[in-house]
Amino acid sequence: MNLRASWRGLRGTVFALALAWIAFDVLAIAYGLSPLALASTLFSGTWGTSYGVGQVLFKATPLVIAAVGIDVALRAGLFNVGAEGQLAVASLAVAVVGGRLGGWPTAIAIPTALAVGAVAGGAWAWVPGVLRARAGAHEVISTIMMNKIAESLVGALLASGLALEGTVRTQDVPASVALSRLDAGWAGATTRFVHVDFRGSAASTALVIAIGLLLLVRPFYGRARVGRELELVRMNERACARERVPVARRKVQGIVLSGAVVGLASSATVLGYKGYFEEGLGAGIGFAGLGVALLGRRSPLGIAFFALLFATLQQGGLAVNALVPKESMDLLAAIVVVTLALAEGRLRGLLTGPSAVRT
Amino acid sequence: MSALGAVLSFTMVAQTLRMSVPYAAAATGGVLGERSGVVNITLEGALLAGGFAAIACDLATGSPAAGVLAAVCAGAVFSLSHAALVVHGRVDGIVSGIAMNLLAASGTRLLLRTLYGSSSNSPTAPGFHFLAVDARTGSGLLLHTLVDPPTPLVALAVIGVAWLLRATPFGLRIRAAGEAPRALASVGVDVARIRVLATTLGGAITGLGGAALALDQHQFQAQMSGGRGYIALAAVVLSGWNARRAALLCVAFAFLDALQIVLQNETAVPVQLLTSLPYVATLVALGVVLGRGRGSFAAPAGLGRQPDE
Repeated sequence: MNLRASWRGLRGTVFALALAWIAFDVLAIAYGLSPLALASTLFSGTWGTSYGVGQVLFKATPLVIAAVGIDVALRAGLFNVGAEGQLAVASLAVAVVGGRLGGWPTAIAIPTALAVGAVAGGAWAWVPGVLRARAGAHEVISTIMMNKIAESLVGALLASGLALEGTVRTQDVPASVALSRLDAGWAGATTRFVHVDFRGSAASTALVIAIGLLLLVRPFYGRARVGRELELVRMNERACARERVPVARRKVQGIVLSGAVVGLASSATVLGYKGYFEEGLGAGIGFAGLGVALLGRRSPLGIAFFALLFATLQQGGLAVNALVPKESMDLLAAIVVVTLALAEGRLRGLLTGPSAVRT
Repeated sequence: MSALGAVLSFTMVAQTLRMSVPYAAAATGGVLGERSGVVNITLEGALLAGGFAAIACDLATGSPAAGVLAAVCAGAVFSLSHAALVVHGRVDGIVSGIAMNLLAASGTRLLLRTLYGSSSNSPTAPGFHFLAVDARTGSGLLLHTLVDPPTPLVALAVIGVAWLLRATPFGLRIRAAGEAPRALASVGVDVARIRVLATTLGGAITGLGGAALALDQHQFQAQMSGGRGYIALAAVVLSGWNARRAALLCVAFAFLDALQIVLQNETAVPVQLLTSLPYVATLVALGVVLGRGRGSFAAPAGLGRQPDE
């Protein structure tokens, strides 16, 4: 029984991945390659080497964090398309404040920097949240506008003194605030195929934050009152209002929390990778994270799986770039989103059965 | 020239008109699709698809007219896919829209790279240049914009869509599909077909806007739509799903766009803050206008609903 239920949940994913594989084949053939050869190049450039695995984890880390964040809004029935802007603002804040935490002990400095990122991301998400709750302005439009405004504001702030003279980057954060790389201080482990030590890859301990957030997902929506009510608001707003759930406030809280968690993704880019913020750092993570969150369908495992898939495609794009343009991997990721949405929609249609009004 | 003088010049009028063309096209396309009940955030992607098709076809055939035609077709096919996903595939309109916009962004970038070896921009395309006016003076630019074929075509589309929705049987069916899909289905009309047709036609008009955008720059650049599709969607919402009012709002947004360019030359305000002017204005307008009176801005009652829901 349980097996059947999980198959029902999975078959959309399986169907979508099958269609994506067909798209991959078409792509390979269009470039005069054998699909299997292309796939094996893609695989060996990612999961085939210790460095490749590290790079996939490095790219998956901010995707997981952003997706868990965007998922908060989705639970409340809101589409947070503004993760790009929230992450940009949070990253700048983390880099600027982090850069001034020189003498602080690591155990206090890192949480402080992360808290700053969360506050900045949450504040940026608050505007569309209030516009939605008070005026009914659709959050898809307002979050996109906030993305554009964030881009401008970050550029203006960097240009007016936050960046180092003549550059578009901030000063380095001190070592006590930086998150360490996974290849530092770990001898590695030998599996049957490869020796994994992530040497040279940019995977950092931000991965721990990502995994921690994934583990928090179930208890938060299962046990915490705010989390449960967020989902109830999505399911039936009217019933919630009748039960004296503060619907408008929960929605604003949902999108603010969403932006705050998205802001934490700066741990993987600013604190764990560059050690500073520069214009464009983390661009694309918000939209890819949105794809991951939509595909993950409120499941931490699903989010982890699709973040790894997207990260594999991104890293694999670099590996296959000599054979096919790396941009084709982005297209493939977009196709997965379309086909899974289609698979879900079709299945929902089948479940409700043919309707009398649809002749 | 003083800042005020620059704002009140022919150049300003010309720039406003020139910039309002893509906005107005997208908003008109958006009104048509959304009035039929299909949530349409794919205006952004349709602008990209149309812009790319226009430049690619112009470069390949040397005829900008063929480019415009290709843009209309690309916008139509793109929106047809969205409509098919939403109407026949029963996918949520926003989810499909997000996916389709991702597809358009990555697809155009891949095509740029494949065809022209650069994932950021295409080579320069000839575009329309049959009128030998000096587009560098204000009045020259105004004349140039007025006779640039996409401009009258988009103006026609705005008037045409307003008339179609108000005065034709097909328009009545589109409105009914958006307001009361069940009722329309109950009298034997195929709601799905009306919705797909309306959204596809809307996509064709939006594609025309993409052509205007790209041919005007004589080049396609990755992500060149730059949020215009979403601003146009805001105009649709603010207009109360009315084609002419939406087009007028688009002129207002285009004015801000033109204003920030003029102000860049005339004031010492950081450039980045000025470029965000249209986006800030969109947010403020959404907050203020919607916050005031929501009754007069009601969305079509069946927007985003399947006829059997």
